[in-house]
Amino acid sequence: MESTTRQFTSNARTALGDENLQGALRRLSTGFPKKRLEAAARLPEFEQLRDQARDIKNHVLENLDFYLEVFEERVLESGGQVHWCDDADAARRTILDICRDAGAKTVTKSKSMIGEEIAINDFLEENGVEPVETDLGEYIIQLRREPPSHIIAPAIHLSKGQVEATFREKHDDLPADRILEEPRSLLEEARGKLRQKFIAADVGLTGANMLIAETGTNVLVTNEGNADLTYSLPRVHIVIASLEKIVPTLEDATTILRVLARSATGQEMSVYTTFCTGPRRPDDLDGPEEYHVVLLDNGRTELLGSEFQEMLRCIRCGACLNHCPIYRSVGGHAYGWVYSGPMGAVLIPGLIGLGEAHHLPNASTLCGRCESVCPMRIPLPKMLRSWRQRQFERRQTSMPSRLALKTWAWFARRPGLYRPLTRMAAGTLSILGRRRRRFGLMLLAGGWTQVRDLPAPQGNSFVAAWNKRQN
Amino acid sequence: MTNEPVRVGLFATCLVDLMRPSVGFAAAHLLQKAGCEVSVPPVQTCCGQPAYNSGDAVDAAAIAKQVITAFEPFDYVVVPSGSCGGMIKLHYPELFNDDDAWRPRAEALGARTHELLSFLVDVRGVTDFAASFEGTVTYHDSCSGLRELGIKDQPRELISKINGLTLAESSDTESCCGFGGLFCVKYPDISGKMVDAKADDIVASGADTVLCGDLGCLMNIAGRLKRRGDKVEARHLAEVLAGMADGPAIAEAGDGRG
Repeated sequence: MESTTRQFTSNARTALGDENLQGALRRLSTGFPKKRLEAAARLPEFEQLRDQARDIKNHVLENLDFYLEVFEERVLESGGQVHWCDDADAARRTILDICRDAGAKTVTKSKSMIGEEIAINDFLEENGVEPVETDLGEYIIQLRREPPSHIIAPAIHLSKGQVEATFREKHDDLPADRILEEPRSLLEEARGKLRQKFIAADVGLTGANMLIAETGTNVLVTNEGNADLTYSLPRVHIVIASLEKIVPTLEDATTILRVLARSATGQEMSVYTTFCTGPRRPDDLDGPEEYHVVLLDNGRTELLGSEFQEMLRCIRCGACLNHCPIYRSVGGHAYGWVYSGPMGAVLIPGLIGLGEAHHLPNASTLCGRCESVCPMRIPLPKMLRSWRQRQFERRQTSMPSRLALKTWAWFARRPGLYRPLTRMAAGTLSILGRRRRRFGLMLLAGGWTQVRDLPAPQGNSFVAAWNKRQN
Repeated sequence: MTNEPVRVGLFATCLVDLMRPSVGFAAAHLLQKAGCEVSVPPVQTCCGQPAYNSGDAVDAAAIAKQVITAFEPFDYVVVPSGSCGGMIKLHYPELFNDDDAWRPRAEALGARTHELLSFLVDVRGVTDFAASFEGTVTYHDSCSGLRELGIKDQPRELISKINGLTLAESSDTESCCGFGGLFCVKYPDISGKMVDAKADDIVASGADTVLCGDLGCLMNIAGRLKRRGDKVEARHLAEVLAGMADGPAIAEAGDGRG
């Protein structure tokens, strides 16, 4: 997808003025965090599970080549195929080739962030294959031709009324006077539309919440069961997943499942959890005839061994988004690319470049709430700071900020100059602000006074005054 | 508490030093009452966090070396801020990951560095300063204090011993106020949205004063409350504990409360 990440500031301003979006974000901000907290409280070993989950993925990342090869072997043994793809383009072509070999006209899809990352829908459409999203949220945004605004709740930015309007516009074969006010009726209508697509599809494309090395299995987690119809009805099942989705064993997968849904939605488990291994075996009642796993790198191996390696532990639960005050203020679209929130702010510069995504690591107060809820204990604030450090080292920090910072630091490193000068400045400001004790407008502090008054200094220096008193 | 004098180096922070010296005097007073001998090394400027959080690790390390050298002689370093305290305690050692000479010194100083309120309660075991304050207050947990240093109960314990005061907790004391150092001037629209939510929450608590242990958050919150015309006042908890809350509150004209 085309990135608008460079325009983060104006994207954010638009988002702040969007009443519908602000209402949706208010609901998300109160709903998800509360449910997560309650779910965690019901499980005494939740914190220990987070440690275990972190350790599992750390071990995988240290031995990624080994587990990927084991995974490939097991997939081959079960009759499936593995396709290694370095970048988005290779993954798109591989998927299109499989679709063409299958003579596919329609591809049903269950929600996949990797699918978004490689913009597979647009590519298939351009090549005459119709992709149909089957997750309700994804289906809605596909109709609206919008990217997801949240990694697990893609249409969270929309109100019920907006969804109704979209359905009326796009489902123009249905009676115009039908009643669509209740969420239930919207769901029924989407279901009716999707049912036909499920049956007609030649290929089912799913993501993977995890890939299990010891069995060559992919794990799918949904609340709607759409992934199950997506992979089991068509003749061909394609799994698209990035390299770091690997876990060693079934046991490890269950450990991660125990923190995943609780962190994401506050559920103990998602409604449907499916383990798919290979194509249909001779005595299976159903299942696809072909099973393909498309393994995507797309910049991940660059992160391995770097200060961003820990980001590859991410299981895409969305807890960091739900708790992030920036995400909660501007929503997902402002970030301008597939991912958003703290995990997006760390991952996007790694995937599309720091120059393009230069705002994202900076648009954070480093408040640490993301890290405090991350089930994989990813030190997100630390990594945002690491990106800032890279920007500074590569002189990608804007010239005025760099100059201001350098000047300030020059003085801060020279107490003999800093002390009298700052004391003088504080004294002057105090006199200027003596009546109101605050300033509504201040030269060089426009960012501050745009939204708040600047308190006036009391007018002395504590360090100077204290030491004067002592002598 | 033993009778040995405990030598504390007070790191005032640049904001307290230049914007609100009364917080520094209050902190020193509380430390003395808790049996400490207080010194304020005059070579201190800033903890270096603005540089560190902007990616300028070189200047941050240079400033850190200055602080380490100045404060090494003391038994403890005490900081009336969770943010600057966290910088010295947790981030100084990170700055010297590849420096065998300075890393041990940064770690040693970090181990002896404490945020003021948690130092009084956890290290000195003092919670009652016989303070009085008439009014209803609410407490804002600063992000660094809360999540980096685990400061949550200590200020509330101190508040519970203040005579005449009622604590009215707001609905989300743990959400960021939108200060974030340079963030608030780089992204004023988003920061404004965040501090507005914080101000709404504070006003809804019914408190007439918001207390906090970090002057950065307080200046941001007070600045927004005043811009909106809200009557709630903002103060550092140290001022209230030390009985030094008779001067004007932050960004407040006039001569004090009432």
